[in-house]
Amino acid sequence: MRYAMAIDTKKCVGCSDCVVACQAENNVPIGFCRDWVVEVTDGTYPELELENRSERCNHCENSPCVRCCPTGASHYAEGGIVLVTEDKCIGCSACITSCPYDARYVHPKGYVDKCTFCVQRLKNGLKPACVSVCPTKCMYFGDLEDPNSDVSKVLKTRKHKTLIPEAGTKPHLYFLI
Amino acid sequence: MREEIIVSGRMNELIDPHLQVWNWEIPAYLFLGGLAAGILFFAGLMTLQGKEKEFETTIKRAPLFTPLMLGIGLLFLFLDLKHKLYFWQLYTTIKLESPMSWGAWTLLIIMPVSVAWAGMYIKTIFSNFKWPYPNIAEAFEWISKQKTILAWIMVITSVILGIYTGILLSAFNARPLWNTSILGPLFLTSGLSTGAAFIMILSKDEHERHALARIDLLLIAIELFLIIHMFMGFRASTQVQIEAANMFLGGTYTAIFWTFVVVLGLVLPAALEIMSLKKLKVPYYIAPALVLMGGLILRFIMVYAGQMSRWLY
Ligand code: SF4
Ligand code: SF4
Repeated sequence: MRYAMAIDTKKCVGCSDCVVACQAENNVPIGFCRDWVVEVTDGTYPELELENRSERCNHCENSPCVRCCPTGASHYAEGGIVLVTEDKCIGCSACITSCPYDARYVHPKGYVDKCTFCVQRLKNGLKPACVSVCPTKCMYFGDLEDPNSDVSKVLKTRKHKTLIPEAGTKPHLYFLI
Repeated sequence: MREEIIVSGRMNELIDPHLQVWNWEIPAYLFLGGLAAGILFFAGLMTLQGKEKEFETTIKRAPLFTPLMLGIGLLFLFLDLKHKLYFWQLYTTIKLESPMSWGAWTLLIIMPVSVAWAGMYIKTIFSNFKWPYPNIAEAFEWISKQKTILAWIMVITSVILGIYTGILLSAFNARPLWNTSILGPLFLTSGLSTGAAFIMILSKDEHERHALARIDLLLIAIELFLIIHMFMGFRASTQVQIEAANMFLGGTYTAIFWTFVVVLGLVLPAALEIMSLKKLKVPYYIAPALVLMGGLILRFIMVYAGQMSRWLY
């Protein structure tokens, strides 16, 4: 199994519903967020190009954050999801420094927190909160090894990219372009 | 033109607007680690060369400070942790891929080694000193018979510790400024240089000071070479590393780096050391004090600037 997410940059309107849904579902402390929306404008007026991206942890396959964690608190869980075990984390911040996407933050309680692909929902057969709530249905989630999953199907038909693959992280957040 | 903004708002503390998750504790810890490594290295090396007479301060006096330096360094590392009660988790596994992990273990090994060394010589320095229990005195008696082995352990572990202070940073490919293998040797050299400087300040023997000044001159030359080499490497690398280097070649850190680290921390002390070797009258503690200051500022700048350097996407 290999969980992945695909996000359609052509459909995303930047409403930030995914951000709020995540905060509510995961009890993200006030003032913090595990996902965020980036708006990229390219070109010179009037020739402008716009791209909206809902970003979060890429659940990398070659994760620098797992590699540098001294205690094994950051680890790969089933399906390649990268998780942090709270009571193994010493809060050294090495993983925050190691993530080229700045996807992690220090929880006010001291341990490090980040997107979990909503493992608690996956266990119950639900999709991650951000995917479920998106009003334009621009996010696709599922198992890359299953050719019939939403994410496999859309990646087969649409052109896509990942963010800074040259950082060697093998990210698993795909952006449809 | 390209403009990238987070429209949903993100103000994660210590991450936004740019990473600043490591503060003064980490550079201070790296400095103390490097300094202690330098002192222990020279103490071990001179012992192995059988130069106990000529290098009294190097071997006997300066190492007395190292348990304290390492202790304070570890305390700083501890202060930096944000989930402090779980500190012990660091010592439940060894992860060789994580410099934070093997560095913590190296410190755990070098700490008792430095205590053993200091305990062995404390009586020679303070003649009135008495161990509260005879057993302790006997233990140190026994240790002093194993001096050669201990010196070997010290030379090896101190080099590992010195390199570690650089590798801790260079292992992060997410921060282009740190992601160069030069950082290990650079911090090791700088650590040895600060170690030599510390001994020079303590030493009352001009012959010993001059010998150390000669070693220090070589170390400073190597450091300058490594710094130039590092920037050449950056300039010839990818855009992100070119931009990392530009922070020092016209950007925010230019003035402070070239003034305090290169000129005041390397070139000037080298000139003063040459002058004193040529028997010109210069107060002997100025050059080493400058070296110590330069080493400290180098680590602060590298830790802070590195966090500002990032990938673009
Ligand atoms: S995006 Fe960052 S936090 Fe997530 S797996 Fe990759 S390196 Fe780790
Ligand atoms: S902050 Fe926690 S999860 Fe991150 S590297 Fe340190 S111990 Fe591991």
